[in-house]
Parts: sequence; structure tokens; C-alpha cells
Amino acid sequence: MDTIIGILEAMLRTAVNPATAGVVIAVIGLNIHFGFTGLLNMGQAGFMLLGAYGFAISLDQGLPFPVAILVGLLAAVLFAVLLGAPTLKLRGDYLAIVTISAAEIIRYVGRLSNLSEYTGGSQGLRGARYQEPFINLSFLSEDGRWTLPPEGLYSWLPSSMWAGETGGRILGLVVLVAAVAGAIFLIKGQRNRQKELKPGSDLPFAQRLRTGLAVSGLIFVAVIAVFYILPLTLDQTKSNGWWVRLVAWSMVGISLLVAMLLVRSPWGRLLRGIREDEDAVRSLGKNVFALKMQALIIGGAFAAIGGMVYVLPSTVQPDNMGRSMTFFIYTALLLGGAATILGPLLGTLIFYPGRILIREVADAYIPDSIMSSSQTDQFSFIVVGVVLMLLVIFRPQGILGNKRELRFNV
Amino acid sequence: MKSRATEPPEVRTTRATQLSRLVLVLPFVAFLMALGTPSAGANTLTLCQPTAGELSCVNGTVGSRAEPVGDADVTLTRPDGTEETVTTGDNGRFSFEAPVVGEYLLSLDGLPEGLEQIPPEAQFAGPDGTVMVNVDALGRQYVPALTVRSVDYDSSGTSKTDQLLQAGVNGLRLGLLLALASLGLSLIYGTTGLSNFAHAELVTLGGMVAYGLVNLGGLNLWLGIVLTTVICGLVGYTQDRVLWQPLRRRGLGLTQMMIVTIGLALAAQYAFQYFVGASTQKVVVRTFDSFTVGPVRLSYMDVIAMLIALVLIIGVGLVLVKTRIGQATRAVSDNPALASASGIDVDKIIRIVWTSAGALAGLAGVLYALTISNGIRWDTGMQILLLLFAAVTLGGLGTAFGAMLGSLIIGVVVELSGPLGAPGDLKYAVALLILIVLLLFRPQGLLGRPERIG
Repeated sequence: MDTIIGILEAMLRTAVNPATAGVVIAVIGLNIHFGFTGLLNMGQAGFMLLGAYGFAISLDQGLPFPVAILVGLLAAVLFAVLLGAPTLKLRGDYLAIVTISAAEIIRYVGRLSNLSEYTGGSQGLRGARYQEPFINLSFLSEDGRWTLPPEGLYSWLPSSMWAGETGGRILGLVVLVAAVAGAIFLIKGQRNRQKELKPGSDLPFAQRLRTGLAVSGLIFVAVIAVFYILPLTLDQTKSNGWWVRLVAWSMVGISLLVAMLLVRSPWGRLLRGIREDEDAVRSLGKNVFALKMQALIIGGAFAAIGGMVYVLPSTVQPDNMGRSMTFFIYTALLLGGAATILGPLLGTLIFYPGRILIREVADAYIPDSIMSSSQTDQFSFIVVGVVLMLLVIFRPQGILGNKRELRFNV
Repeated sequence: MKSRATEPPEVRTTRATQLSRLVLVLPFVAFLMALGTPSAGANTLTLCQPTAGELSCVNGTVGSRAEPVGDADVTLTRPDGTEETVTTGDNGRFSFEAPVVGEYLLSLDGLPEGLEQIPPEAQFAGPDGTVMVNVDALGRQYVPALTVRSVDYDSSGTSKTDQLLQAGVNGLRLGLLLALASLGLSLIYGTTGLSNFAHAELVTLGGMVAYGLVNLGGLNLWLGIVLTTVICGLVGYTQDRVLWQPLRRRGLGLTQMMIVTIGLALAAQYAFQYFVGASTQKVVVRTFDSFTVGPVRLSYMDVIAMLIALVLIIGVGLVLVKTRIGQATRAVSDNPALASASGIDVDKIIRIVWTSAGALAGLAGVLYALTISNGIRWDTGMQILLLLFAAVTLGGLGTAFGAMLGSLIIGVVVELSGPLGAPGDLKYAVALLILIVLLLFRPQGLLGRPERIG
């Protein structure tokens, strides 16, 4: 039992990690590129790395915090224009080859020892050199630790039902299952009612809002229930505590909202049009090249923010944002479902803890003589590769996606 | 370079003013001298052997293992300020004992005419251009780098030309091996439209199989190379039969198939790590003899590898132009539907392409491991994947002859950009940069036709 709890705790810690939040934001950006517009961007990690470098180097050189964020964003925007200009008029695989190459160039330059005064070279830029302005922004207490859920939430219960106790875990599990089931029930009901309507018309706004609020509430209850089962204690502020998690996941929320508004706008519909039939959109008098460029820039900007969030608690290490990162981002996107709003979030939250699950289970239950502990790590990555293959072959729409919408042939 | 092959290493102590220090140092000096003097004719320096908990060693070579610098004075300054100097023999070796924990400084003087020390990297730099060795525990071996370059490294003297010549030949070697590997990539792209991101793993597989057969299995090297090529060809065939042909039948889109290759590449890389480990493995343990032509230094294996690559590239070219299978392959590349309608068995052609692509990539992997990378690692192929793509795109996606031309250009550019001023890994970046710039002006590649770019 302790082993299982240990594995679940490791998964939860990975899931709430700011780095995971950073990747979610980058996946949202790739979703705009690949899922909605059909752009085969193979250099999303390069956008992240540029954002992170722009942000961290500016702070290291003493620029104010908002300027540093702008510098990171600007770097990614310039990168997108530079890459998009020669390739967006060509067939899709040219963009793939150019973006993956350009991302590698960024990484090589970041590793240069000549520039190590600014970038830290292959060792990376240490967090201590740029974290302070961010930590100083914190409104949480400077020292001390804090546990989610706070004791006030459950202190009226008998002590065996407290968070982290056996009784509390069972209670939390019941609440969690009920909340998730309720949310799924509400969404399914909404979809069925939508199906009965004439195509093209929508349910009344008030009704959709009510369902949306109810589902959000239930998801909130489910998240609290997860922490009730596995309470998490961390520093309040410091470099890697609740403060950076609060900001990171708020950024995820904002990014999801912005992405939703973007893709549901007329502009978003044009992007889908480009994905499905570029010539048709062109025949409507739209400038396809400009639209693709806008999509590339906006998705790249998301990645840059993701990169900044990714490095907030740790270091800017160029090798962390290499080709493998791009491939993981693709896996997470395809797992959750490309061209959906919540797919990136769901995919990443399954991908990272899922890999931990595979590794830890292999570590705990397969004897060392068959699989040593470094081999279990590699084993988990082999599984990731195979899952990516099987996913694309057998369920290209991922968990949330709609198969009809995804014939992406770029 | 003056040879002092028969002389023992000189040891002398300076600034050992305090008696206590003398007492400490003298037996040690006497010990070294005693070891050094008797064996007249031997040019080996007695290497310090670390003793757990008592003695650490600072050993190394001036220059590099391949090109050691003799007759140079290496001075070690201990944490207590005492110094010790060793003059290197023909093998460039130096060896010091480090009996206490602390920061030791190494300085290099008396280099032969025309050579200068390459400044150490920032984390190893001591005062006045010395190399700092941080002895943090006793019983270890520390191997600081004392590398040299010619003085006119940056000016345009004769040795600059020499360097460029050597780099050009190295570039030709890299280019030929890249061409061998990229031919398959290009043919697969031409016949099926697939950008195979797992192609580099076939290259790594070649090196790995050869490592297993020759190094672990003790097979003869040449037999091992042939067998590796056959095995990798079979892997290519199996891949097509088991994976790609069924996927084509399912009508899976090219984008999806490309993502499948990414998944396959990821799984294969970690499978290599799983079974072979993360360190570099040598295909053969011995090093090959080398020779010099003018300023250019090559090993015999380099020449053999280049010849094999050249013969095979010409061979594949002839097959493509002269034989019926080659014509059919080009027909399928041009227009699969039309080829099929005129009686060509498209599936069979694609299977042949996959088989030969696997064999060529595997062979390229062995030769690469034997010559350029001096061993094989799980990511050896991954490191050249982008060069392969750059080569194929540069020459024109899907044109076999374009892939050859592109590979040679990329190989030479990568090797030349080092001496021309691109530091470190940036030489790979230069190749990728050229690719991006070329796409601006001639997106179809050097030998491609405009209508291919859609």
C-alpha cells in the first residue's frame, strides 16, 4: 500500500510541477499551429528556449520584470517571422525541416562556451541569476511551508477522516469519482441536447453558461479531492514552492481562455479552413500566407511563455528544450486530442505523470536482475515512443478529439 | 619538432625554500628520478597511480593522444606554492602526484616553435593562463586538458591552408558517409513521400550490430561489416513489411506516418540505451594506422571507408540509371499511380527501396563508427539526422543524385566551418543555416524541379 501511495504521490508532484504547466502552455501553442492550422512545426522547443533565454538573460542583465517578459515574447515572434517567411508558401514538410533545424541552431548557440557569460553555456543559466525579481513579487509569506488542503477545510471531521489518513483517502476517492462522473454526465447531456437541434444553431446562452459553471465547479471539487487523498506540503515562496505553482497554473488557465476565444473567433474558423482546404480559403479572397504567419506567431508566443514558466523554478538548460521536448509536446497534444481546447491540458497531465507511473511501477515490481533502475527510466521512454506510434495509427483524434475534424494532410 | 625520445623526463624543483617543504618534496623527486633514469632508451614516463585515501594523480598529455607534443615544460604549482616541472617525452605525457586536497595549477611553457596553448575553458582557468585542477578527493585521477594549436591559427599563414586542406578531406569523408546514409532517406521520400525521422536510427543500428558482432562476438571486421549490412537490409525489409506497407494500405496520411516515424525513433533510441547503455562503444578496440600526405593526415580505415562509400554511391547511381529496377524506382518516384498503371509493382519497388535503404544506412553507421565518431552511441545517428535532412533538402527532396551532391556539400561545409571560425558545435548550425538560406532562394533544392514543391 505504501508503495502505491508513494507512486501516486510522485505522479501528483509531477502533475503540479511548474515545468508541466510550462509544457501545457507550449502544447496549447502547438495546438494552434498543428491542430487548428495544420502547420507542421517541429521546433516548438526552440520557441520555448528562445522565450526562456530572452526572459532570463534580460533579468540577469538587470532589466525590469515586464520588459524581460516582452523581450522573451519578442524573440519568439521574430523567430516565427524569420522561419515563416521562406517556408509558409512551400509544402508542409519544408516547414518541418526548417523549424527543427532552426530550433537546433538555437540550442547549439545556447551551448556555446563563448557566450557562457550570458547563457551559462552547456551548463545552463542558473536560476539564482534571474529568479529574484519573480520571487520578490510573491504575496505569500516569504518563509514557511503550507499544505494543500489547509487544515481548516477538514478540522471539523473526525481525525481518521482527515486528509492523508486512510479514512480521509476513501472519502476523497468517493468525492473524486462522484465529481468526475457528474461532470461527464453534464457534458454528455449537453451534447445530446445539442444533437437534437438543427445543425448550425446553438443552445441558449444561459443554458450553456449554467452547464459550464457547473462543470467547472465539479472539476474544482475533483482537484481538491485529489489533494485530499494525497496532501502536498511545499515551501510557500522560495524558488520552487506554491508561489511559482500558483502563477504557472494561472498562466495555464489564462492561456486556455485566450486560445478558446481565438479559435472560436472568425479568425479561428479561417485557420481551420486553411487546414482543411487552403485553396478554398484563398478563393474567398483571404490572404492565406498572412493567416498562417499570424498562427505561427501566436502559437510561438504561447511557447515562449511556456518556456518562461518552464524555467522559473529551475535553470535555463538548453538540452532540456531540444528535439525530444518537441516530440513530447507532440505526444501530449495527440494524446489529449489535437484541435480541441482542453486536449493540451489533458494530454500533458496524462503524459508526464503517466511516464512516472510506468517508471515507478517497473521500478517497484520488476526485479533488478531483469530491469535495473536506469533501465526502467529508458523503458518508460520506449513506452512513450510506442504509445505515440499506436496513438497516431489507431486513435489519431486522441482522447477528446473529433476524428472527422482531423485529416490533417499538410 | 625536435625529438627527445630517448631522454627520461626531467624533474626539477624550484622555490622550495622552506626546509619542511624540501623534506616533503625531496623523497618524491628522488623517487621520480630513480624511476626515470635507469631504463635508458625507454621513453615512457612512469605514471602516477592513485592510492585510495592517500594520493591523487594529475596525469595527461600535452596536445592530444593522437598528436602529442614532446619537449614541452609542464609546471605544477601545488596549493602550498611549491612547483614541479616535467619536460614531456615523445608521447607528450606528464604525470604529477597530488598528495593533498586543494587547487593545483598547471602551466605550459617551452612549446616548440609555432605552437601555442589553447586557453582553458572558463571553469578550469587559473591565473595567468594556467589550468586549474581542483583535487577534491584523494585516490582519484585527474586528467586536465593541455591542448595546443598553431600560433597562426587565426592569421592566414601556410598552416591555415594546411588546416583547410585537412578539413576539406575530413569534409569529403563526412560527405561521402552522409551520402551513403542519405541515399536511402531520399529514395524512401521519393517513392513514398515519407520524411523518415527514424532513418538515423538505422545508422545507429548499423554501428550497434557491428559492435555486437565484431567487438563482443569476436568476428572478423570485414565479415562483420558485410553481415551488418545484410542484417540492416533485413531490418529495412521487415520495417516495410510489418509497419509501413500496412499503414499505406490503411491510407494513413503522410503527416501521421511522419509522426509514427518520430515515435519509432524515440522508442529505438531508448531501446539502444536499454540494451547497450548510454556510453560510447567501440566497434574495434585497436586504432587504425594512419599516414600523412603533405599536410593531410588520414587513417587507412578512412581511405577504405571513403572508397567503399564512393563505389556504392556510384553503384546505386548506375543501378538507378541503367537497370530496369532503377528505372522503375524513378518511375515510382515520379508518379506512383502512373507507374502502377504501366505495370510496375509499386509495392515491390518500395520494398526494394526500404531494404537497400536499411542496408546503406547500416553500412554508413559502421563506417561512421569506425572513422568519424570513433565508436557508436545511442544518439550517434540522431546527431547526424539533421545533416541528412539538410543534405537531402539541399540537393532536392526525393532526387537521389541531389542527395549525393547535397551530402558532399554539407559534409565539406561542416568540417570547413571549424577552421574558418565557427566555434564548437556551431559547425552543425552552419550547415542548417545554409539550408534555411537556400530555401529562401531555391526551395526545390539544387537538383529538384520547381513543381515538386507543391
